[in-house]
Amino acid sequence: MSVLVIAEHADGALRRMSWEAVAAGQELARALDIPCSAAVAGHNVSALAGELSSARLERVYAVEHQLLDAYTPDGYARAFELLVRHAAPRFVLLPHTYQVRDFAPKLATRFERVLLSDVIACRVEDGKALFTRQLFQGKLNADVSLGGEPPYFISVQAGAWRADQVSQGESQAETFVPELAAGAIRTRPEEPFQEAKRAVDLSTAELIVAVGRGIQDKDNLHLAEDLARALGAELAASRPICDNTWLPMERQVGSSGQTVSPKLYVAVGISGAIQHLVGMKGSRTVVAINKDPDAPIFDVADYGIVGDLFEVVPLLTAELRKAKGG
Amino acid sequence: MRILVAVKQVIGRDAPLRVNAARTWVEENDATFEINEPDAYALEAALQLKEKHGGEVAVLCAGPERAAKTIREALAKGADRAVHIELPEAAALDALGTASLLARAAEAEKPDLVLTGLQSDDLGLGQTGVVMAERMGLPHATIIMEIDFRGAAVRVKRELEGGWFQYVEMPVPAVLTIQSGIAKLRYATLMGIKKARSKEIKTLAAADLGIPSHPAAVIERLYMPPRARQAQIVEGTPQEKAARLVDKLRTEARVL
Repeated sequence: MSVLVIAEHADGALRRMSWEAVAAGQELARALDIPCSAAVAGHNVSALAGELSSARLERVYAVEHQLLDAYTPDGYARAFELLVRHAAPRFVLLPHTYQVRDFAPKLATRFERVLLSDVIACRVEDGKALFTRQLFQGKLNADVSLGGEPPYFISVQAGAWRADQVSQGESQAETFVPELAAGAIRTRPEEPFQEAKRAVDLSTAELIVAVGRGIQDKDNLHLAEDLARALGAELAASRPICDNTWLPMERQVGSSGQTVSPKLYVAVGISGAIQHLVGMKGSRTVVAINKDPDAPIFDVADYGIVGDLFEVVPLLTAELRKAKGG
Repeated sequence: MRILVAVKQVIGRDAPLRVNAARTWVEENDATFEINEPDAYALEAALQLKEKHGGEVAVLCAGPERAAKTIREALAKGADRAVHIELPEAAALDALGTASLLARAAEAEKPDLVLTGLQSDDLGLGQTGVVMAERMGLPHATIIMEIDFRGAAVRVKRELEGGWFQYVEMPVPAVLTIQSGIAKLRYATLMGIKKARSKEIKTLAAADLGIPSHPAAVIERLYMPPRARQAQIVEGTPQEKAARLVDKLRTEARVL
């Protein structure tokens, strides 16, 4: 009974989040005193399996099939279902990527198990594994246990474990060829693409003012625009603002938008859901203005103003103009 | 075409959250409830498909009695009828349990498309749609930004990470999980609210759906997250806060 980590790859290389999942798997395996293995699926994956083998793992499975060349939920769920039946792990760990979100619930359901998704920490108490998840967009944490017999399925949040914490060592390679039928794959994926070149590149911006749900109405956006102008900053937004088409999608910061690392990031009325934080936590100095003192954004902020943004932001804009003028 | 939209009622985004005495969930007595926002976008996508292709939109919701309010609101926005799977208050169901109930009820409706939001604002497990698809034996696609219904098949635009997208085609019936922002949300009109009163809500008891219980994920302890990096909170009157922050950004952080 081991921990099995399912790695993901893109453009011929393992994704960084796969290494984070390996680090999580190794940690869990150490705590339970059981071995850790890993798997990678695709067509011609021996090089990727070789890359995984640099980690200290009991076994690395190269799940090899022509039908796994392009990702499909039917193909991947079936291939990993067969692998899990073959390897019989106690825990299956996956990185919480969009692809995993697409197939892992299907995989877990085949074992009558729920996928415990987006886990940020794990620990073992009296032989029982407890996993920490964020609820209510990060406002509360929950320690969750899993009932019934193994296997248990867990996906781990980006950045919750560190890729450089992977223990290096040796592992044994095994090629696993699942029996897959082309007729059982019902979705036909086309080539991934990017939208036309972005007019706004926030990734190189030095100063950013980002606005969130707290702004309440499109008519209030000028408050953030004025602040951005006074600072000489780019204007950005969290997802809900772009969903409402108050600002174009290209100004969105977060997991589905741009990743930024300015020297100053001013978050106005942004509560700080994880999807937003992953896009901006590389910022050097973060200022948060929010009426809710418990908002998760204050966890990543250097300076916080707890208060009504409609009152504070115009005053801040005026102060900045004064400071620049003087 | 027949479209079924699975929606969830969740605690309102602006409602203050208090952990209950058992530390297993939040106090719901003084909470306000609303439709899970991603599900509101799924409903909007369904209504737009109906406007384009004709047919009907049915709403499916599993929740306690109070969820009827969210169902009525969906009917007021333009859904034609609803199915309410009544759950006991504070039923400890995880995504697998809930999705299995939803799937059983959905099968009886014989939909061409099942839509739901990509995740819930409370538990955030993000798998109801995928588990429903597996239970119903249907193909699925997740995090959808565009739906092109072509009769026997549907071609959808999936959002990938980091600004990438992908078109995927699959036969119908199919299950799609909808990304927020797929379309602009409509408001219920007065006429819609009036009409909703006479629309059918079929009520099913969860126990009658014959879903065997399975070992669930159990919340052992719910708590405020530990503060990762303590922000320096700038105090004073609003005027003082603004002035002090600018001063700190200049002299301490040196970013101005």
